[in-house]
Amino acid sequence: MTNGPVFLGDPDGLGDPDYFGRAAPPRGDVAGLAFTDAEEAFRLEARQWLRAHAPGRLPSMDTPEGARAHRAWERELAAARWSVVAWPPEYGGRDASVVEWVLFEEEYYAAGAPTRISQNGISLLAPILFTHGTAEQRDRLLPAMGDGRTVWAQAWSEPEAGSDLAGLRSRATRDEGRGGWVLTGQKTWSSRAPFADAAFGLFRTDHEAARHSAHSGLTYFLFPLDAPGVTVRPIAQLDGDPGFAEIFLDDVFVPDRDVLGGVGDGWRVAMSTAGNERGLSLRAPGRFLAAADRLLGLWHDRGADPALRDRVADAWIGAQAYRFYTWDVVDRGGAGAEGSVNKLFWSELDVALHETALDVLGPEQELAGAWTDDYLFALAGPIYAGTNEIQRTIVAERVLGLPRGNDRRARG
Amino acid sequence: MRFALTEEQLSFGAAIDALLGPADVAGACRGWAAGETADGLRLWGRLAELGVPGLRVPEEFGGTGSTPLDLAVVCERLGYHGVPGPYLESVALAPALPIDAAVLTELAKGTARVSVAAPPHSPFAVDADAATHRYLLTGRTLASARVERSLTSIDPTRRLALLAPVEVVGVAGAHVLDEVVLAAAAWLVGAGQRLLDETVGHVTARRQFGRPIGEFQAVKHALADVRVGLDFARPLVRGAAHALGSGAAGTRDVPAAKVLAGQAAYRAARTALQLHGAIGYTRELDLSRWILRVRALIGAWGTPAHHRARVLDGPAGS
Repeated sequence: MTNGPVFLGDPDGLGDPDYFGRAAPPRGDVAGLAFTDAEEAFRLEARQWLRAHAPGRLPSMDTPEGARAHRAWERELAAARWSVVAWPPEYGGRDASVVEWVLFEEEYYAAGAPTRISQNGISLLAPILFTHGTAEQRDRLLPAMGDGRTVWAQAWSEPEAGSDLAGLRSRATRDEGRGGWVLTGQKTWSSRAPFADAAFGLFRTDHEAARHSAHSGLTYFLFPLDAPGVTVRPIAQLDGDPGFAEIFLDDVFVPDRDVLGGVGDGWRVAMSTAGNERGLSLRAPGRFLAAADRLLGLWHDRGADPALRDRVADAWIGAQAYRFYTWDVVDRGGAGAEGSVNKLFWSELDVALHETALDVLGPEQELAGAWTDDYLFALAGPIYAGTNEIQRTIVAERVLGLPRGNDRRARG
Repeated sequence: MRFALTEEQLSFGAAIDALLGPADVAGACRGWAAGETADGLRLWGRLAELGVPGLRVPEEFGGTGSTPLDLAVVCERLGYHGVPGPYLESVALAPALPIDAAVLTELAKGTARVSVAAPPHSPFAVDADAATHRYLLTGRTLASARVERSLTSIDPTRRLALLAPVEVVGVAGAHVLDEVVLAAAAWLVGAGQRLLDETVGHVTARRQFGRPIGEFQAVKHALADVRVGLDFARPLVRGAAHALGSGAAGTRDVPAAKVLAGQAAYRAARTALQLHGAIGYTRELDLSRWILRVRALIGAWGTPAHHRARVLDGPAGS
């Protein structure tokens, strides 16, 4: 299962007094890291704007009403040029450095701003458009992605291709007459698909090549979800909202201009997406810092039960470690296979943090609300973006250098 | 923004590796555990030539006036090699104590070694016999001290003693223990990394069922978890060092680092022991030096419970 950032929201959680409005001890800015004046000024400007404008918790983006509200928020962010700070100015960004982007994310979540409905697009697809896309594709696709007009869904997994993504069967057949490709097959666990406009994913364009390597002969396609031949069947997630969907493709025509990267080069292109998803761009530390601070506030407000003290402390410590880890990665300039290390840590931290919050709530933990929403959201973390079992194997083989053995098909 | 280590810090760490890597640290530890300190003290002297004991001693007293981050880098390497002796107390704690400048000068020269007990959280003085100066820190009152009684540690290279005060020598600052806690955390990360490296080597070489045991997924996943733990403990230690270096005394990052480093190192120790099997459960294999040291350091200079409480009750700020 490789669906993207899902958000299992619930309108009932709106205005939950245990979630908002309580004073957690402020974590403060990190000390001693020699931020430049420009970086500090950027942080301050982001903080001031976000605190003045962040709408707080919106209805789940996986409902019609919530999707509208989240798109409206993206428009507001974009109008003030806060939606895609790291992008070049011509696409609505601020040319922010990675340092500034991480600072922005800290401020974003500290202000209690909503989860991003545009995340699949801006975090996963956009980096590929910048590295593998054409100028025409960037000019055509990025502006509407950056302001929430076009919401993107992922179309990776298939019924027979989950963790073993290279086993995918959906195919694209050449249509010289029309100058493009015809897509057929089935995608599943496609995050955001029920309320999205377009999707990106891999299709098999060369079946001969697959005899030599399952990674060969794959091509990366973009396609609109309202194209003739596309059927989207929403799937209710653990919280009941349709955060993902099945996508059926019956002879869906895609023009050549919507091939991303080279024909047959899809695996390499897609793996750069996977790296983004596992690594920093999906999960800046701001989200965990804000959640850990809320947990600390909740624990204090609920009487500071000493039986839960160690777990609350560990959540705070884990979030702070993730913060410094991020600064280290940013300063060293990228992570590579270490993205798998990162994904293991944040996904398990997120689960532990929210389990602790529910235990602090005692018997009330059963009541649906913001904390149960976020708990359910966290439970998806160890599954999507490559399951944690896959990640552990990657860490063992590519980071620690343990022998691969020959009991598996060769990978990437 | 600056987080990563500087070239100077990396090369200082490499110099320690170059010194201790080929040295017979294991032999020095065996001797130290038996009360024969000559080899261990020789290593101390060679580290002093590099400037290790004087790292946090001001330049006016012959030290190098280096930063808490330098201290963390060095202690991680010392933990990796597992040298015997009261390094944490001498290198990280002594310069923060209200002690005579002459002692600091001797420390920087490599001719003094300091052992400190600080009840209730660190009641046992390490290597008091091998130290040239012994102190008892009670609250913020520092007294010179004498050995009252010897005790046996789970780690035979840590020769413990209870101290009795002799004479009050001064009043310590409010956050006097920040740096020794940081140093212990760094030492734990280094020890954990050594345990991981040794174990990766073992499971790659050791064959069962006709293949290296490192091919088995249960083994791979256990070691991946060790790596994850260490990879996140290390930046927290360094982040805490950055904070101390910027004057954020009493920062919650220091106790946080001690908790996480202890967790990561302990996971490394348990995994190392398990994946080595019976040979790991011996004193014959060097591995025991790190397994036992990690367990001892988890309780020294503040238990995890103590430091978790400090995290939750600590002052605002990073």
